[in-house]
Amino acid sequence: MESPDFLQMRGIRKNYDGTQALRGVDFSAVLGEVHAIVGENGAGKTTLVKILAGAVERNAGDILLDGRPVELDTPLRARRLGIRAVHQEFSLVPHLTVTENILMGQMPTSRLKWWVDWPQAHRRAEEILEGIGFAGINVRTPVSRLSVSHQQMVEIAKAVAERPRVLILDEPSAVLSQEELRRLFALIQALKQESTLILYISHRLDEVFEVADRITVLKDGELVGTVRPQETEQGQLIKMMVGRTLGEIYPNRHTPPGEEILAVKNLSREDSFTDISFSLARGEIVGLFGLVGSGRTQVARCIFGAEPSTSGEIYVGGMVARPKSPRDAVKAGVALLTEDRKRDGLVMEYSIRDNVSLASLRQVSRWGFLSRQKQDTQVQSKVQELSIRPAQIRRLVRQLSGGNQQKVVLAKWLLSQAKMLILDEPTRGVDVATKVEIYHIISDLAERGVGVLLISSELPEILGMSDRALVMREGRLVGEFTRAQASEETLLACAAGVVQ
Amino acid sequence: MQISSSSSNGQGGRVRAFWSAQVGRLFGERSRRHWVDYGFMAAFVVLLLIAASASDVFFTQRNVSNLFRQIVTNGLISLGMLVVILTGGIDLSVGPVVALTGIMASGLQNHVPLPLAILIALAAGLLVGVVNGFLVARFKLQPFIVTLATLSAVRGVVYVYSETPQTPSNPAFRALLGGGFVGPVPVAAIIMLACFPLVWIFLNRTTSGRAIVAIGGNEEAVRLAGINVGTHILLAYVISALFSGIAGVLLASRLGIAQPSVGAGYELDAIAACVIGGAILGGGGGGAAGVFGGVLTLGLIDNLLNLFNVQSYYQQIFKGFIILVAVLARRKER
Repeated sequence: MESPDFLQMRGIRKNYDGTQALRGVDFSAVLGEVHAIVGENGAGKTTLVKILAGAVERNAGDILLDGRPVELDTPLRARRLGIRAVHQEFSLVPHLTVTENILMGQMPTSRLKWWVDWPQAHRRAEEILEGIGFAGINVRTPVSRLSVSHQQMVEIAKAVAERPRVLILDEPSAVLSQEELRRLFALIQALKQESTLILYISHRLDEVFEVADRITVLKDGELVGTVRPQETEQGQLIKMMVGRTLGEIYPNRHTPPGEEILAVKNLSREDSFTDISFSLARGEIVGLFGLVGSGRTQVARCIFGAEPSTSGEIYVGGMVARPKSPRDAVKAGVALLTEDRKRDGLVMEYSIRDNVSLASLRQVSRWGFLSRQKQDTQVQSKVQELSIRPAQIRRLVRQLSGGNQQKVVLAKWLLSQAKMLILDEPTRGVDVATKVEIYHIISDLAERGVGVLLISSELPEILGMSDRALVMREGRLVGEFTRAQASEETLLACAAGVVQ
Repeated sequence: MQISSSSSNGQGGRVRAFWSAQVGRLFGERSRRHWVDYGFMAAFVVLLLIAASASDVFFTQRNVSNLFRQIVTNGLISLGMLVVILTGGIDLSVGPVVALTGIMASGLQNHVPLPLAILIALAAGLLVGVVNGFLVARFKLQPFIVTLATLSAVRGVVYVYSETPQTPSNPAFRALLGGGFVGPVPVAAIIMLACFPLVWIFLNRTTSGRAIVAIGGNEEAVRLAGINVGTHILLAYVISALFSGIAGVLLASRLGIAQPSVGAGYELDAIAACVIGGAILGGGGGGAAGVFGGVLTLGLIDNLLNLFNVQSYYQQIFKGFIILVAVLARRKER
């Protein structure tokens, strides 16, 4: 009782199939603070907050709320204690309306307890959205028809609806645009005033420094320390997270771009983008920046043949190519690394070996039969080249960390000897150390003459990696900048449509 | 939005905007969804037209009343099937449940009063649903496998109970339920028709119904919302067994005899009716109104082809065709 900390977690341990995700973490936080939790992938951040939210059961340790020990074995129990979470993976029901998703489990009922009062439900949902500054979403729309960022806002509204005492936000910003992020930060400030405890997990350190009152660093399932952002430098924090200093985050490249590998002329697709023209040379990295919903991803998918274009031309290596399917694109030497690696990039239940060789089966076959030997040696060499950990090619991809999964996708396209790589948010949800590794891999590829189209909503990444940067807004290409011209301000102003 | 903002200049623009809005309403994305959702209606209308132009028997009272009696069984089973499909599951064990309740209701009335006999039979059917639901909800087994197992086991139980057909002795049983009429309308059809709005209300207006609909979309989300997922999955299988049970009792009553072999392949007809009516296997879509359309469409096909003396083999081909068309039409939505 003598402790002033509202939330105390003592000696929290958690094992998943033999690996220790948390090895005795002591964590505490007070009401009315924004407490950020940072760390590399696999450091245990998500596990820690999931235990608090009742989504995962701990193996050992005590949790005290307001000085009293509590059991948090189900989400319902956590919720009754005023703990709500926005988890990393979406927890919405796609075919149900915004109203029902926000009010799930607490739909207003008439006098009969099991009878849903729909008009009141819609009104309540609207009020909730308005109350937190997210008005403008039609509550009668099924969430599957909302944009990803609106879905995320519904997710947040759902968690905030009951005015929780503890609000957990696990990577809430990954899919939000800058403007929406502002709204989220405003909401966080408002909740703070109402003395809510907010636990904020993010890989974006800029964001963490802006929003947090205190920052706790986890590493390999242990708590490294808690610091205040005013008294700490980013570099120092990164050192705590990775246990060592990072070299140059963005590698230098020296080889000048070679001949043109990709040319896109007046490419359009109904509803998503219009009149896109640009080119890409061998050994060049071109950044494509835009806010969420600007059509970046659709352009990439069109070039890769995953979606049809309505008009315009695509030239790969000087030849007209209008890829009708990803198969055509892969044949022409184009590879796509998608935003959502779990859905589009990997077969989670396959081994590293099978995933890496998936796009080059002919190359590892003899007389039309797979050659285990060829497969093993070729995959093994890529695994070493990219230092995928663990370096066991039979390990299932499902068991790898996010960063290593991303490396497996890269290895797949490396092995297929792609001439051109489209990378769509290659470092989303990846920890800092792996990010740097991925940057070096991308840079290496460019040095070897691969043309890279880098799509990202992280400005530092675009600025640090690209030779040229393109900016898209509302389905149109609105700017092109050389490395010298590009700065955070110019790109952002261009993407947001602000005239300078 | 773009249409209205781009053409707000001048009279011509406004007229164009009006018409493009009308066209948009008819053929736009939202209405396309409606066309697809009620695609069975188109099939239905076409079938009716064929019937009207080619057969003078079809619109007789006798035939229409026959048609409704024929779809009672599939109508009831399909409703239960829908509830299970909405949770992302499937219930293959409906056929044997029909046989079980039919034969028990027919056999038991020789020993106990009729209402009690029917209640015991229905309770036995419910038990199958409890077993299905418990195994799926508690042990997270795949519904396909679980109900495949009970499909086989319950069929065995039926034969253990009685190897020979049972003839219900109580004349009231026949006269009242399966064979009874209110005016020109069969009693069994009234029972079935009444069940559709009931299920609709259950799914749309009650908290349990909404939970069931949500589970098929994202089970984890429902769990995290603090709703008991297991209970609702169990409830879905119990509801399915209940409807199969009612169907079994009505069928035995209409036929005047309960065969232990009855109900083979019923699960397929029910799944077909759900799919034609817009239900998505694996959860995430479907409703009672659609299923009613599906049941009616399948019933019409059977009825019409019978009237035209088409061999039942052709009926099966035609049914298969309709199912494929139904899922093809909905393909984009997934």
